[in-house]
Amino acid sequence: MIVAIASGKGGTGKTTVAVNLALSLPGEIQLLDCDVEAPNAHLFLETALATREIVGIPVPEIDADRCNQCAECSRICQYHAIAVLGTGVMVFPELCHGCGGCTLVCPEEAIREVRRPIGVVEKLRAGNIELVQGRLNIGEALVPPLIREVRAKTRDGGTVLIDAPPGTSCSMIAAVRGSDFVILVTEPTPFGLNDLGLAVETVRTLGLPCGVVINRAGSGDDRVHDYCAAEGLEILLEIPDDRRIAEAYSRGRTLVGSVPEVRPLFLSLAEQIQDLATAVPELQAEKGRARVCG
Amino acid sequence: MPVSAVEKRPDSLPVAPAQAALAAVPELVVISGKGGTGKTSVVASFAALAQDAVIADCDVDAADLHLVLDPRTLETHNFVGGHEAVIRQSDCEAGGTCRNVCRFDAVRAGQGSNQFVIDPLSCEGCGVCVEFCPSRAIDFPERTCGEWFVSTTPHGPMVHARLGIAAENSGKLVSTVRGEAKRIAVTHGSKLILVDGPPGIGCPVIAAMTGATGVLVVTEPTVSGEHDMERVLELATHFKIPVAMCVNRWDINPEAAERIEVHGRDHGAVIAGRIRYDAAVTRAQVEGRTVVELGGTAADDIRTVWDRVRRWLEV
Amino acid sequence: MKIVVSSIGGSLDSQVDPRFGRAPMFMFVDTDTGETESVDNSAGTNATQGAGIQAAETVSRLGAECLVTGHCGPKAFRTLQAAGIKVYTGASGTITEAIEQLESGELHLSSGPDVGGHWG
Repeated sequence: MIVAIASGKGGTGKTTVAVNLALSLPGEIQLLDCDVEAPNAHLFLETALATREIVGIPVPEIDADRCNQCAECSRICQYHAIAVLGTGVMVFPELCHGCGGCTLVCPEEAIREVRRPIGVVEKLRAGNIELVQGRLNIGEALVPPLIREVRAKTRDGGTVLIDAPPGTSCSMIAAVRGSDFVILVTEPTPFGLNDLGLAVETVRTLGLPCGVVINRAGSGDDRVHDYCAAEGLEILLEIPDDRRIAEAYSRGRTLVGSVPEVRPLFLSLAEQIQDLATAVPELQAEKGRARVCG
Repeated sequence: MPVSAVEKRPDSLPVAPAQAALAAVPELVVISGKGGTGKTSVVASFAALAQDAVIADCDVDAADLHLVLDPRTLETHNFVGGHEAVIRQSDCEAGGTCRNVCRFDAVRAGQGSNQFVIDPLSCEGCGVCVEFCPSRAIDFPERTCGEWFVSTTPHGPMVHARLGIAAENSGKLVSTVRGEAKRIAVTHGSKLILVDGPPGIGCPVIAAMTGATGVLVVTEPTVSGEHDMERVLELATHFKIPVAMCVNRWDINPEAAERIEVHGRDHGAVIAGRIRYDAAVTRAQVEGRTVVELGGTAADDIRTVWDRVRRWLEV
Repeated sequence: MKIVVSSIGGSLDSQVDPRFGRAPMFMFVDTDTGETESVDNSAGTNATQGAGIQAAETVSRLGAECLVTGHCGPKAFRTLQAAGIKVYTGASGTITEAIEQLESGELHLSSGPDVGGHWG
């Protein structure tokens, strides 16, 4: 069963929920940190690095001897990553999405593809948790391919948790799609409500079931509760607004480890997630296919 | 397609566009790396304090500034970002070429047993399937992936946007919002452009900060805030943009706040001050107002930060 | 001399567009023959990315020896340089005025980009 933890707005406590849920679930858990621009789950776990691999995307390299400057490659490239000039061909690898169109279209077979690194995928171990995280290189703009590489490490069977990037754009989709259930983390404020609405719309577009976790409950107003009631969204967990929680978080401590009252809350969330896994076995069949698309 | 924008441009440009553009309006971009550090609350307060700034909400993926600045929308434009492949079912002969050439797994089996469809959420708009379909059965229309707006607020003109669900190209939408804000600033002779930047360090952030006069990093004294601040600082350095920094809710963890400032200073950032943890920040949001309008300890601190940032930018 | 100027419109009285890649039009002017041509660049205006690169390709294809514009970003500059096209920035006013500015030596020959990417 794959559970994605997402939120429309950043900083609502996605990573907190992902990490503390992972610690509350029994058995071997895989946690995929797909927030590759800001991978933070590792900060809350005592991890040992197991493996690291460099992730690259294929970009064209032009064989100047074969190239006759027909400019077919430049014509097909939607990303303007190739310019054919009177004096030669220029490639801008940082604009290339790796679609392979230029290689296919070149009549002279003058293009071969080489890997351009965009980040790394690391596997770490923390007790019964295997943490897989992507880390985007600084200055790199292309995010979804790295997320797809993290998702490609998804294990068969068992419980897999995904810490998704914030927002509702292509990066969030790349992380969330192919999961069986989405936990949307929000806070009871106008910003939280606005961004929750966008996230719910996105998850529904993907046809995925979802539930809501309200963080810093009691800090704002009731509009998020009203919205959830009106939309028929189940509130799975409310984490109280408590300065001790904020302080524990600030020091990289887990809530289940350092704030005793929070522990049963996460155990209850873990139970709900396990119930879900048994309630929706038919979703398992979809998994293999969905993972490939992720 | 922002037709109206393109057509209107000559009319809305000042008399000597080149010179006007050369006399660039200072632009402050507020970013955070990590989300939820209070960036938008700070920007809204700056807008209230600056009064004559043009406000640009470039956090197009989770735009929230409009919730506290009470904009009245004057113009709405569609945002077109690239193209998307669409298979004409009537002409599809199900040869499967599209599926073989697509590197993004966007081609799926269609409703009928032997036809294909493109999943718009996976399509990268590369056009390779369009090129190689032997039946020429794939159209390649422009993709509308959001809207952008020009509005007025009690604190000055505002440009903001909404990226469509699952849409890409938020970098281009960010550039569009910034470009429009710049144009308005030049036309109105504004003293400052105030940009609410997106979280992260990827494409949208890069689009939001390149060429800016200065970047203000709003961070928080948490392990995540610290980690992401380091990455965002590296990014600003990479693009050679002057950086100022302020730690929000610093009293949650004073030692971490101190560490963050030391790290910032060591990496050439100007320390613009600290903001105390204050429940009034959330209350202001609930009331749909800016923090400085409501008042409180955080409001006092934001005023101090604004004063330093203003002098740092010389506006 | 064959010159291309980034332009808001399609005539010699049109204003120079200070942006290169996203200018709506280019005016091609051959100062030796007096021949002029306006070239549409709406593809560049609407490009998702790489507008400057595409525009540089267009200018190269027109056989221009130099480009006159307001500003030129890094990728466009690299492309123009590779194509052997001289870049003059800081132009303003109408296309005719910009060409006068070029001929009287008022514009500076760029040795590098004068703005960052995505500046407008």
